[in-house]
Amino acid sequence: MTAHIRKIIVQVDETRQEMGRAVTPPTRRALAIAVIANPYAGRYSENLDELIAIGEELGALLGQKCVKALGIEPGQAHSYGKAAIVGEAGELEHAAAILHPKLGAPLRAAVEKGAALVPSAKKRGGMGTAIDVPLGHKDAAFVRSHFDAMEARVSDAPRAQEIVVAVVVTDSGRPLQRIGGLQVHEIQGKDGLR
Amino acid sequence: MIEIKRVFTQVEEIFHEFGPAPAQPLIRGAIGAVLTNPYAGRYEPNILPMMDALQDVGIDMARQLLVSMDVLLERIATYGKGAIVGELGELEHGALWHVPGGYAMRELLGWKGDRTAYKAGKVDEKPTGQPGNALAIVPSTKKVGPPGATLDVPLTNINACYVRGQFDAFEVRVPGAPLPDEIVFILAMTTGYRIHARVGGLLAKDISQWNGLR
Repeated sequence: MTAHIRKIIVQVDETRQEMGRAVTPPTRRALAIAVIANPYAGRYSENLDELIAIGEELGALLGQKCVKALGIEPGQAHSYGKAAIVGEAGELEHAAAILHPKLGAPLRAAVEKGAALVPSAKKRGGMGTAIDVPLGHKDAAFVRSHFDAMEARVSDAPRAQEIVVAVVVTDSGRPLQRIGGLQVHEIQGKDGLR
Repeated sequence: MIEIKRVFTQVEEIFHEFGPAPAQPLIRGAIGAVLTNPYAGRYEPNILPMMDALQDVGIDMARQLLVSMDVLLERIATYGKGAIVGELGELEHGALWHVPGGYAMRELLGWKGDRTAYKAGKVDEKPTGQPGNALAIVPSTKKVGPPGATLDVPLTNINACYVRGQFDAFEVRVPGAPLPDEIVFILAMTTGYRIHARVGGLLAKDISQWNGLR
């Protein structure tokens, strides 16, 4: 099963200045979204394998789109996150099937390493519903400077029979981060936490 | 005067809208630059210095947009522009974008940097009879709005604004901007026809008058 994709959206958000101070280098977050048909819309299916396979496909596609949009080498990625919005004819478990079983491995391949959990969010919604994609450092979940979220929204999706799938990759943390905690240079990168 | 705080790009590939998918997807791109509004919170009678200062901003944005869209220049078929002014500004501040925003894309698409010739009306006569490129007015919208406000940026063909199958609008929005003392300046370009366009009218291949209209 390959995803039946209606549209793909890629956004890059670059912050150069915050509260009157230069952000050097600028922080950059890339968001890639696929709007896909939900093969289980409008019915209960015990087996959700088609969506699990779609998740694997989209982990690679969307992860690579983000890295390309940032113009970086995969190893230069800092943080990542994922999210899905299920249209009205679907159920939350459909988002779970895309996001959790198989999306992570190809996304990690797209950014190299990735010892940490890929933080996620999901909801059911109508067209134009926004979802905040949570972000954490890809190699160490406790890196406080990289806790963040990026808003994803498609004006004409999801239609009832669709699912919006979003992946975010950054090459930086928050602008002007200064609340301490584990720093990037202190990452051990073994257990996914520190 | 020019203080660029954020740059936001968005590129959309549309494969179908529940009809037969065309051979190539429609690609729509937009770029929004978030700038400090130097006139926020007061009435400034002379705002024209900002218009001049925006020229280079526009050109950089148009180039960056094309790079983000990752398509050949020749494929750009429609364009549009807009501005969202934060609440301490006025609509007229958004109007500063009309000249530099329009110039920027037209220069990129048609005159490739020879602004003097453009201003003087001296353009290359192409063997096809097409006197240059980007002949049509760049359609626009603007508003005063809160952070995250959406703007529907109108889109029309770059050479003939009556190409019906390419009338479109692109919803653009920068989460978190504009703050009260900011302005979001927007440029948008696409590769052409709406997906499943089928309401007739002038086609781009039939443009004959090269007057920006037909």
